[in-house]
Amino acid sequence: MPVTRGFFRRRPEGPEGRLPPGQYDTGSGWPVLTAEATPLIRPEAWTMTVDGLVERPTTWNWDQVQQLPSSTYTGDIHCVTTWSKFDVAFTGVSVDVLLDAAGPLPEAAFVMAHSSTGYTTNLPLSDLTGGKAWVVWEYGGKPLAREHGGPVRLLVPHLYFWKSAKWVSRLELMARDQPGFWERNGYHDRGDPWLEQRYQGD
Amino acid sequence: MSIDDVVPTATTWTTGRIITKEFPTPTTVRLRMHVEDRLRHWPGQHYLIRLRAPDDYTAQRSYSVASDESDPLLEFLVERLPNGEVSEFLADVAEVGDVLEMRGPIGRWFTWDTRTPALCLVGGTGVVPAISMSRAARHAGTPDLLRVVAVGRSPEELPYDDELHWIGATVAYTRHADGTRVPGPPTPDELLPLLDGVELAYVCGSSRFAGLAESLLVECGMAPEAIRVEQFGATG
Repeated sequence: MPVTRGFFRRRPEGPEGRLPPGQYDTGSGWPVLTAEATPLIRPEAWTMTVDGLVERPTTWNWDQVQQLPSSTYTGDIHCVTTWSKFDVAFTGVSVDVLLDAAGPLPEAAFVMAHSSTGYTTNLPLSDLTGGKAWVVWEYGGKPLAREHGGPVRLLVPHLYFWKSAKWVSRLELMARDQPGFWERNGYHDRGDPWLEQRYQGD
Repeated sequence: MSIDDVVPTATTWTTGRIITKEFPTPTTVRLRMHVEDRLRHWPGQHYLIRLRAPDDYTAQRSYSVASDESDPLLEFLVERLPNGEVSEFLADVAEVGDVLEMRGPIGRWFTWDTRTPALCLVGGTGVVPAISMSRAARHAGTPDLLRVVAVGRSPEELPYDDELHWIGATVAYTRHADGTRVPGPPTPDELLPLLDGVELAYVCGSSRFAGLAESLLVECGMAPEAIRVEQFGATG
């Protein structure tokens, strides 16, 4: 594509090797983007379920999930709308812990993450295992704000942030891939920011 | 149309030429563009505009389309944000005749099928998708199926103020007395009669506006699952 007449880079390049193609550093900002009305979910009414192709479909309530071994992700997040945010810290539980409890069956290869709002997003199971994904309830040491998915959201920071479903309540293990909400609405099936997999056709 | 009816569509980058450029309000620029190999779009969908620097650095933002399918040009209304990398360029540097990289239409959720009775509750530059929906409604011969409630600070600052009045929208100014209502956001009394028979509500505006609009709709009895939201933050 040709150069845009009169346009020049104004933003710094960002930390070496940490800004995926087409992204910019949003600094201290954290834009809020959702597709549905922001729900008010009380922690005591929230539960987290892992079911589908598992040996032991399992549901945790708020108190039970807090007693699982906690872990913190510190690093970067990338939104498909082109902002990236560096050095964020989320605390919760590794998805590995939840999956170990439920016992994925051998044929389980994909996951549909469901939110209390009806939002869904699909991921290969391999993108949720091996210390790459969390279910989190703290941001920067404080309870996760409602507009950012509080009380609990999924965190899959190596993929574009629409995969990190706000208000997550269920992980459904599946044998075959199915598109989630944005994936049916024109967004890429996997969403790797380093491959710039933003939309259908990328 | 339900979420299960939408079909993923692959889009690719193309180019668009600026045909007209105007400044309808002090903080916005309106561009009408001719897009090569344009695809059909639903009202409410958006396009990406991408700028490319000589060192191949790129910046892209998504902008809601104001025009409807029947318009030979695509119309965008862009708010000029302070230090907005793309919006300042479009307002200050881009000229009629310039060619920009474009991709779209994108998004199949915040769209209106021109058949479902619907209400738009929109604020500021969030009026843009409502304009597209109302133009599509007129073209489809179904203007009665769409009600628009638009919120702005004043007539001078509300984009498409004339067109909103012309289509019969309910316009609420928050900082301007127009002789018919006290300045302020829409009230439940104003909104309730408009929701009669409405099956879907579209909310578009800033994050703060969207939060207030959602609360107001729910207070007036709208089911949360019948509210579709498009909110924007300062992403430049």
